[in-house]
Amino acid sequence: MRRQRHVDVLVVGAGPAGLAAAARLSASGAGTVEVLEREARAGGVPRHCRHRGFGRWGVTGPQYAENLVEAALGVGAAVRTGVTATGWDGPLSLDTTGPHGLERITARAVLLATGARERPRTARLVPGTRPAGVFTTGELQQAIHLYGQEIGGRAVVVGAEPVSYEALSALRRAGVRVAALVTEETRAQVGRARATTARLGIAGVPLVTGAVVAELLGRGRLSGVRLRHHDGRQAVLACDTVVFTGDFIPDHELARRGGVSLDPGTRGPAVDGSFRTASPGIFAVGNGVHAAEPARVAAGEGERVAESVGAWLEDAAWPAQAVSLLADAPLRWVAPNRLAPNTPVPRFVLRTTEPLFRPVLEVTQNGRRLHSERVRRRVLPNQGVYLAGGWVGGVDAEGEAVRVAVG
Amino acid sequence: MTVTTRGPLPSEPYDVTVVGAGVVGCAIARELAGHHPLRIALVEASGDVGDGTSKANTAILHTGFDAVPGSLEARLVREGRRLLAAYAAESGIPVEPVGALLVAWDEEQLAALPSLLKKAEANDYHEARIIGAAEVRSGEPHLGEGALGALEVPGESIICPWTTTLAYATQAVRAGVDLHLNCKVEEVSAPPQPDVPGHHEQPDIPGHHELTTPRGVIRTRHLINAAGLHADALDQLVLGRGEFTVTPRRGQLIVFDKLARDLVNHILLPVPTALGKGVLVSPTVYGNVLLGPTAEDLDDKTATATTRDGLAGLRAKGRRILPSLLDEEVTAVYAGLRAATEHDDYQIHSTPEMRYITVGGIRSTGLTASMAIAEYVVGLLADAAGPDLDLTVAGNLDPVRMPNLGESFPRPYQRADLIATDSAYGSIVCHCERVTRGEIRDALISTVPPGSLDGLRRRTRARGGRCQGFYCGAAVRELFEGWGGSGAAR
Repeated sequence: MRRQRHVDVLVVGAGPAGLAAAARLSASGAGTVEVLEREARAGGVPRHCRHRGFGRWGVTGPQYAENLVEAALGVGAAVRTGVTATGWDGPLSLDTTGPHGLERITARAVLLATGARERPRTARLVPGTRPAGVFTTGELQQAIHLYGQEIGGRAVVVGAEPVSYEALSALRRAGVRVAALVTEETRAQVGRARATTARLGIAGVPLVTGAVVAELLGRGRLSGVRLRHHDGRQAVLACDTVVFTGDFIPDHELARRGGVSLDPGTRGPAVDGSFRTASPGIFAVGNGVHAAEPARVAAGEGERVAESVGAWLEDAAWPAQAVSLLADAPLRWVAPNRLAPNTPVPRFVLRTTEPLFRPVLEVTQNGRRLHSERVRRRVLPNQGVYLAGGWVGGVDAEGEAVRVAVG
Repeated sequence: MTVTTRGPLPSEPYDVTVVGAGVVGCAIARELAGHHPLRIALVEASGDVGDGTSKANTAILHTGFDAVPGSLEARLVREGRRLLAAYAAESGIPVEPVGALLVAWDEEQLAALPSLLKKAEANDYHEARIIGAAEVRSGEPHLGEGALGALEVPGESIICPWTTTLAYATQAVRAGVDLHLNCKVEEVSAPPQPDVPGHHEQPDIPGHHELTTPRGVIRTRHLINAAGLHADALDQLVLGRGEFTVTPRRGQLIVFDKLARDLVNHILLPVPTALGKGVLVSPTVYGNVLLGPTAEDLDDKTATATTRDGLAGLRAKGRRILPSLLDEEVTAVYAGLRAATEHDDYQIHSTPEMRYITVGGIRSTGLTASMAIAEYVVGLLADAAGPDLDLTVAGNLDPVRMPNLGESFPRPYQRADLIATDSAYGSIVCHCERVTRGEIRDALISTVPPGSLDGLRRRTRARGGRCQGFYCGAAVRELFEGWGGSGAAR
């Protein structure tokens, strides 16, 4: 027996995107706005990011999370924690499980703000044994910052992007020595100052470039990792802890179970400039759409989606069709990735699989060039590349997919 | 109820000791526990039951259609399947009768199907039939191009191997079996034999096997070797000889995301030919899809690592069978070691004068056959022991009801009735697998509690999903350690 309820807007996920959307929606009079959060506390990933730099005042992650929750509650949004949306019963009906029982909540609009996670060792197909001591940054940060758990003595961090350096500082805080950062790329994907500080600072953590973790060693507890360099050389690095960082993927289970079309590049719901998916009434924002951008980007989208949700509640108009926007290799993905008529896109975000030096991004449709733009810097994998959106008015709504490529 | 993980062992001798708490050893202990009033010990080298070969297999409840007709294995698989299917239904072990298709991808494999059908008939399995390419396609719409036909074996099922072993162990321990974990048998001194001078002068003191373990000595009148990969080594310790040598055969497997589950309806088995064996693609009762296993003969009985070549080879073979499977995320990779011997059949031998029974060479069919093996072994024991052991008393095993880990039966998070009585069943901790705080608590205070997070995963699925702990890892660990690490019940 499920309790049946109705709300105007149901938001799934109380991270920065979902909370910002709920606050703006409630404030703009969108009716009853309810946010479902499966974790015991709202706030999303910032809950366990101890570093500063969040929000306008550069506060810590937990403070930022708290501010977002307060803001949403303050304007009358309901934030329900410990409640999981387990599946769909209809186009805009979700089944939930929580300590108070089972519910079926039907909404006039559903906003998916389910966020992203790091792909673990198994999904990366790293061979070897299955010892303890293998983490992602998300688990590591929670273990250290939320539970104060013992981690280990000596760690290897896989990755050299911003999140990898967050893992590094969490490990140091927990008293774990870091043997090395290991990246497949030719250099760190963070600012020079940050990379240099880590390498030459007090702890002096070496950065191993052009190498992958080829095997995990040890029974019971990790005893080391085997590194394979691009030139074929191999070496064993002794450690009892390894942290796989980055390699984010949208948490897209609910979207897929609901038949919401995904973008082949981002693997999150495909959305247009107003964050509308291909399923009428279902919107998606944040890192569930593009994994992963900083919290402020996700929160900004949450604020912007409120207007389009409001419009849908008003006139129930949904674009009958949209043209897909696809990223050609070496570009990995682009978001938004649906081009609906009369829907502006302020800017697109992209990722590349290869380092690019001042690339020219070319947008074409039906063999016709719609736009061309030079990125005035070097772009590395895992770093954001941005493309202006002024050209979308020129898209042929009846035409084939639009492609963005490196010219 | 006694489960020990550390500290000294009881000095009072046991009537029967089973070495090895895998699926076979646990089944034997359970079967014996039905025959009181015996003192029975189940002794295991690792820190958990079912922690070796039994935890890392293909999780299939076989019909035995392809066993060697007339072999002991064929008989015990056939009987065991019937026994285990009934036991699973009664005990809440998830089983799904999805059926199997042996898909022929070339003319040679197609030509092999009639003889496989004949073999099934010889094994007293009469429901198999050969189907054409069109029927294969309609039964498996996502299958790769080029399937020419298949042998359909509707009786093949998928099962939860972890719950099976745990159910046996739980019932055995509740019926009075002492389970001693972390108790590797390092030396065995044999009992005095009847023809040894001096024995008849002390008829009141029956001879005992003395098993030396790191935790002390266990004395037992009868000894059963269910040591799996190490069965040959234990034979050497006890008998100074052996009928077989175990060559570990490694099987690497890939578990795909639950979102892949709809891609496959049956267990897709390879057609064995002279050119070697292919791999299978199978749904699991947890709602994932399994691809594997490799078959690598090794020397090292601890080599349960996966390899780059192994995983790449599986992916290449899987792409042929079910191309879209390879686009899905991988949830887990693992490797198990099968206890292969130089023989084609199970190696179950009784040495009555030594009061010793070897249960070896139990290959991948061991899970299916486990209950029949147990009955068979207890029969051998009764013959060997004669009046020395009273095995005639009917068993008095309390039925056991195991927590459901299967997706085709209601899980606690879906049950309003359960949540209404205890809100912990509405509190999901592991989101990918939808495991609640109530289930984790139940496992931690159960009869045979987990000694590690991996043991907890096998009992609840917690941390076993696609995120591998990104979301819940720290929270699950907190619950585990909060209950005293290795379980409050100890």
